Amino acid sequence: MDDLLAARLQMAVSLGWHIVFACIGMTMPVLMAFSEWKWLRTQKQEYIDIAKAWSKGVAIFFAVGAVSGTVLSFELGLLFPGFMKHAGPIIGMPFSWEGTAFFVEAIALGVFLYGWDRLNKWAHWLSGVVVGISGVMSGIFVVAANAWMNSPAGFTWENGEATNIDPVAAMFNDAWFSQALHMTLAAFVATSFAVAGVHAFLLLKDRGNTFHRTAVRIALSFGAVAAFLQPISGDISAKDVAERQPAKLAALEALYHTSKPADLVIGGIPNEQEERVDYAIHVPGFLSFLAHGDFESEVIGLDQFPKSERPPVLITHIAFQIMVGIGFLLAFAGLLFLVFSARWKHLLSSTWWLTFIACLTPLGFIAVEAGWTVTEVGRQPWVIYGVMKTKDAVSPMPGLQYSFYTITTVYVLLTLILVWLMRRQIATIETYYPSARKKD
Amino acid sequence: MLQIIIIILGVSFILYTLLGGADFGAGIVETFAGRKGERTISKAIAPVWEANHVWLILAIVILFSGFPQVYAAISVALHIPLMVVLLGIVLRGSSFTFRHYDVTHDSSHKYYTFFFKVSSFVTPVFLGITLGAMILGKISLENTGSFYEQYIMPWFNVFCLSMGLFSAALFGYIAAVFLISEATYPIEQKRYTRLAKVFLLLTLAMGMLVFATAEAEDHHLSNAFFASRLSIAAFGIVVLLTPVIFYLFRHPDALKLRAAVSVHVTLVMLGWFAIQFPILVYERNGNHLTFYNTQAPYATLYQLVIALFVGLLLVLPSFYFLFKVFKKGDEQQLHS
Ligand code: HDD
Ligand code: HEM
Ligand code: HEM
Repeated sequence: MDDLLAARLQMAVSLGWHIVFACIGMTMPVLMAFSEWKWLRTQKQEYIDIAKAWSKGVAIFFAVGAVSGTVLSFELGLLFPGFMKHAGPIIGMPFSWEGTAFFVEAIALGVFLYGWDRLNKWAHWLSGVVVGISGVMSGIFVVAANAWMNSPAGFTWENGEATNIDPVAAMFNDAWFSQALHMTLAAFVATSFAVAGVHAFLLLKDRGNTFHRTAVRIALSFGAVAAFLQPISGDISAKDVAERQPAKLAALEALYHTSKPADLVIGGIPNEQEERVDYAIHVPGFLSFLAHGDFESEVIGLDQFPKSERPPVLITHIAFQIMVGIGFLLAFAGLLFLVFSARWKHLLSSTWWLTFIACLTPLGFIAVEAGWTVTEVGRQPWVIYGVMKTKDAVSPMPGLQYSFYTITTVYVLLTLILVWLMRRQIATIETYYPSARKKD
Repeated sequence: MLQIIIIILGVSFILYTLLGGADFGAGIVETFAGRKGERTISKAIAPVWEANHVWLILAIVILFSGFPQVYAAISVALHIPLMVVLLGIVLRGSSFTFRHYDVTHDSSHKYYTFFFKVSSFVTPVFLGITLGAMILGKISLENTGSFYEQYIMPWFNVFCLSMGLFSAALFGYIAAVFLISEATYPIEQKRYTRLAKVFLLLTLAMGMLVFATAEAEDHHLSNAFFASRLSIAAFGIVVLLTPVIFYLFRHPDALKLRAAVSVHVTLVMLGWFAIQFPILVYERNGNHLTFYNTQAPYATLYQLVIALFVGLLLVLPSFYFLFKVFKKGDEQQLHS
């Protein structure tokens, strides 16, 4: 394995791992605070039980999120020192704000987890709200740094050096808003559907269990709204990409030839040699509409870029199909949930519905991973779009594959342990929480 | 602007040593802390360890945005020890959390404890090695030498090793002192007091070893030391404070003891800082990286200062609140 590939894979593994905990860290505090709020309002036992049971899991995930984040802040330099040497001063600002948000989050979480009996009830609830807000803020800040890599701003590039640095302009770059919005929604979609799925699965085994039934409802309420908004936000992102990174758009749509109007290609397998997509469905003119809001407009294809500046089409296109496919499926599930809650409540406890929700458990996270693959692989060969190539940023140290093997092994093992630990936690729910023994 | 950044960097470094040090040290001390040790230690560090580690992250962020070349240079030359530090941080954090939150107590507990103890020791050793390598002057910025010369030699030597052992001993000392007042039973408190003494002596011994091995590696730390009045003063107070601390051990009073030890450790670091200033990385051919020749442009430093100030305004009161909530809870528990 060459060093560049090893570094990229290590970065991908580390980020792909961290993002799972980051999503949980952004969403779960909001869900817990919501459940606690319901308890404060209604005094129903199940709400406080759910908030407490979730907080046990969150404590574990938060810790792993924090250590994997620490790994990342070193790895950016360990793997891509050439990138950080120039990018550090430009995007240091979102990172330092992110640090502030983390700090507040970690402290507030300490208060929340250990303060159940030590604080006034509303003060305790407030600490949960603070955890939620600062978690989401930290996500938004770090995505600003990534958005800058897609849409560099706030500096002039002369003779391989950045001058006229303006960190504020860099942070509020053109891609920042669309990415931060899409990411925040994604965190809510992925985590809520996963939580709902797990509780739906448990509910199938123990029908009428108040605890799990309520947990599914809380999680789906958040998941449904976010999932419904997600395709809209995805459309904003796509229009943005079409404007700023036409090569990425062409790769994710597998558009080899500049077309006017351009067809939307659904599914299919890009054939990189022959520059065509096999087995795909074509929707005439629709890509023009999605990219520029006009069925007749021209969409730039990969033929406008020299071969050395094209991203890998196969991976990007497939990852994009996976994300969008899941996006529509989850939006549909969310819509059904909203309709059923309003009109046909009894359907929410039917076997087919619970089975459906249980089957969706991993999908949100798969979409998150796929989405990041689109963003990151679609930006290749650039690490800073149009400014610096990834191969010029990588560490000169030979033997990077050994770091990659080590990190991957450790993360795989930790993942297995985490799954096992969560199963143990779930197995004890009935022992600790009265409402989990209650039926309705 | 630069001065403010340097001060904040220094402060987060010192706070990381004190707070993160107490944390890592607790894992080192646990081996010698007897049967009650695990409970006391878990209870003492569980609510705060994540927050304590943010000081390291802060220092790293300041480094890569404020002094990017320093961050890039050590990331390349010290890739291997830093990788070990990272693995240590990951294993330590996860094994501690798993142990603390696992609902069932069975044989898996032994493994968590094993990894927790080992990584609590290895991580500070490699942090110390990294720091040692930054000041030893074997790092080369040109990518010309063999793999050994570029990536191993700068840190693989007796000086860096003794820096590593020094850090571990120091962390153990800080932790033992911190735990004295966290322990509930007098017997336990006595045990931590004894451990604190042992680790203090070890730290002093390792400190001397650092100076001795520096000579062996042709790095004339003692010359630099005698050339700086500030470091002579700082280390002078450190020496004078040592008997005072031994005296305080006789009737441990949490607040006084913690304050004295914080001053003790802070002075060690300030003294060392005075020796190094303004150099961050000594380079093999004399192209040292300093605060001055690596600083980011003014606009960056300015934004960094703003972010850090707002951060501190938010963080310090919340920290105070966190500690207050726990003190109150503990007192309530004592009375009930
Ligand atoms: C639950 C997760 C999830 C779901 C259901 C979707 N996405 Fe997504 N998408 C992400 C999770 C995600 C992500 C992982 O969060 C990304 C990576 C970078 C980012 O900001 O968000 C992303 C990136 C991303 C990008 C690239 C942005 C860039 O490179 O700047 C586009 C064009 C879309 N998405 C479009 C869509 C569309 C049209 C969807 C229709 C349903 C959709 N996404 C659903
Ligand atoms: C899109 C990508 C990312 C998102 C959304 C994200 C979000 C988050 C969130 C919400 C947390 C809080 C931990 C938790 O709740 O479990 C966290 C932790 C952390 N992240 Fe990330 N992060 C991302 C990528 C990165 C990157 C690229 C870095 C480093 C350069 C990083 C560094 C950290 C650090 C250091 C922590 C630990 C902070 C602590 O101790 O509290 N993250 N991240
Ligand atoms: C957490 C979500 C993220 C995931 C899952 C992710 C995924 C990836 C992947 C798959 C690659 C490899 C691309 C390739 O080899 O073609 C990569 C590279 C990289 N990512 Fe991300 N990324 C995330 C967020 C971020 C953020 C927030 C930053 C920076 C602030 C970042 C910085 C980088 C860098 C510097 C590289 C190496 C250069 C490159 O290959 O493009 N990533 N990431």
